[in-house]
Amino acid sequence: MMKTVSTITINLLCQALDFPGGKVAYISEMRFISESNDKRIPCYRLLDDNGELIEDSDIDQISKEVAVKMYSEMVTLQMMDTIFYEAQRQGRISFYVTSVGEEATNIASAAALAADDVVLPQYREPGVLLWRGFTLEEFANQCFGNKADYGKGRQMPIHYGSKKLNYFTVSSPIATQLPQAVGAAYSLKMDKKDACVVTYIGDGGTSEGDFHAALNFAAVMEAPVIFICRNNGWAISTHITEQFRSDGIAVKGQAYGIQSIRVDGNDALAVYRTIRAAREIAISEQRPILVEALTYRVGHHSTSDDSTKYRPADEIEYWKMARNPVNRFRKWVERNGWWSEKEESELRSSIRKQLLQAIQVAEKTEKPALGNLFSDVYDLPPSNLREQEKQLRETINRHPQDYPSDVPM
Amino acid sequence: MMVREALNSALDEEMSADPKVLLMGEEVGEYQGAYKISKGLLEKYGPERVLDTPITEAGFTGIGVGAAFYGLKPIVEFMTFNFSMQAIDHIINSAAKTSYMSAGQISVPIVFRGPNGAAAGVGAQHSQCYASWYASCPGLKVLAPYSSEDARGLLKAAIRDPDPVVFLENELLYGESFPVSAEVLDSSFCLPIGKAKIEREGKDVTITAFSKMVGYALKAAEILAKDGISAEIINLRSIRPLDRPAINASVRKTNRLVTVEEGFPQHGVGAEICASIIEDSFGYLDAPVERITGADVPMPYAANLERMALPQVDDIVRAARRACYRSVPMAAAQSY
Repeated sequence: MMKTVSTITINLLCQALDFPGGKVAYISEMRFISESNDKRIPCYRLLDDNGELIEDSDIDQISKEVAVKMYSEMVTLQMMDTIFYEAQRQGRISFYVTSVGEEATNIASAAALAADDVVLPQYREPGVLLWRGFTLEEFANQCFGNKADYGKGRQMPIHYGSKKLNYFTVSSPIATQLPQAVGAAYSLKMDKKDACVVTYIGDGGTSEGDFHAALNFAAVMEAPVIFICRNNGWAISTHITEQFRSDGIAVKGQAYGIQSIRVDGNDALAVYRTIRAAREIAISEQRPILVEALTYRVGHHSTSDDSTKYRPADEIEYWKMARNPVNRFRKWVERNGWWSEKEESELRSSIRKQLLQAIQVAEKTEKPALGNLFSDVYDLPPSNLREQEKQLRETINRHPQDYPSDVPM
Repeated sequence: MMVREALNSALDEEMSADPKVLLMGEEVGEYQGAYKISKGLLEKYGPERVLDTPITEAGFTGIGVGAAFYGLKPIVEFMTFNFSMQAIDHIINSAAKTSYMSAGQISVPIVFRGPNGAAAGVGAQHSQCYASWYASCPGLKVLAPYSSEDARGLLKAAIRDPDPVVFLENELLYGESFPVSAEVLDSSFCLPIGKAKIEREGKDVTITAFSKMVGYALKAAEILAKDGISAEIINLRSIRPLDRPAINASVRKTNRLVTVEEGFPQHGVGAEICASIIEDSFGYLDAPVERITGADVPMPYAANLERMALPQVDDIVRAARRACYRSVPMAAAQSY
């Protein structure tokens, strides 16, 4: 029996039930909440595909310095990816992961943060390190695992980390950084620091149990953490339609009591503004924020993947050319009179030289010394490892011909 | 002092001394701890430092590890280490390996504690011993207290240690009382990590044990003494690092070794001790090493079956006798 609207309203107003969790109105007409809303959560964007401002009414202009730096770093990231990928193909490094197509998400989000903000990355965010000042040499050293690598040759390529730049070392297991970010944010909160934690995850990573636990906890603990989900459409060969059935990730925020927003991840300006605002809320209100950046993974998952095996080559080409975030931002920067073809070719030529040089030097740099095999397992080296190192050195001294010559003692 | 009190006082004193120390886990706050180990701490230190967590071992362990990455010293409590398996990636891939993988840039001063091994009548999923699982992993330190002195000294050491420590308690020991000296009761009391304790000196056979089995081994020693066998009982205290020098020194004195543990036999703590004795003191052995372990089955529930699945004092006594009277290897005595 259909009740009229007014009858339903009166029922709702008069009869509220008390349950653990608060008062809730009741309704005698059975209604299942739909699995999806009629309209998908809209996507915040400021620049159209041609790099033209859609509406400039509510935008505070970013300065020329910031815009040019953002653009330059996006170009640098793009070129670094191209050249390092090639180096892997040539057998000079063993492995590489590109961020092609996600330059805006990387650089613009980094640009919106402060140096004190703590970053726990997934693995497709080297742009954040780049923005903060990690040099091309430092990237190359890690990829070659040489003695100048801050990681002392302990990890596979692209597992960068920098304590100085507040960027936690990349860790391979997916989504473990999410609850860790909440823990770090709790520590910041106890220190009452004017900073927040920012952690990144891909669309696939949101399927992990850690995603649920992290968002749930962040809300309960009121932790100042920004979760940035790079929804790039693919988790290796798993398309998002096979990853979840929700309206992407932004819709999940409310399920945890977390404010969320969906942004065009390929619009550098929109990403910048969104993260600025998110940071403001996270710190001043001491609460978590969920940002879903829609983008596209133009490259393969890694050098161990050939994505043409599971997606059409023309789809990749479309996103690479027509929806390229670097070109799009370039058009806007140029339209403001802040960039030109001359500066473009100078930048690209300079970066290319630096990259090739960095690789050459990193390749020739000595590998880490033998002692690094045994250090940092614990704060102080335990007796068994000290003994083993001593025995190893003695054995190498007695039989040097049996050991590789490229391991400095 | 009861072991429960010893742990509680250690937590209290370390939290008082260092504001960076915090306790988190299920029921640790309002409920005063599932086994009352954290009694009174919420009231004293407030909800910022004693956190009742939602039910997600993976979640709160990850949060603890993240907090340790960035300046705090969390103590993460597992209601039992059986549940730690849901968080084991955070313990091993994040906590244990991060200092090494980050080349010392990130340290992880975290303690994972809770009851380990069998209780009484709690079945297969609540009775496993995780000592050998965690002790096989470089980057972790693994401690197993027996007495109240152990509980206080080792927990304090664990909390102060800059490396991640797995602290294996025992539910049945919580209610046991041990005499403690004034030194142990002092708030600065601390035991060194990596050093075993000779609980009882002897000259005929060395018996190593940890946690609850130390008590059983001591009882076995009493029985053996009546037979004229003088057993030396070593309380390991530290599973990783293992006090190989102490164990070897003892075996070089007695020439016979029995290892005792509750856990499963394959790849257990006794296997590691046996291998290390063979490596370091082979010539000193007068008999093969005897291993006493839990049965190679998931823990049954029925009380009679459970008793058969766990080492009893008699098993230790028989093993010590075999080690003392037998000079022929077991293999030669088998008829196939």
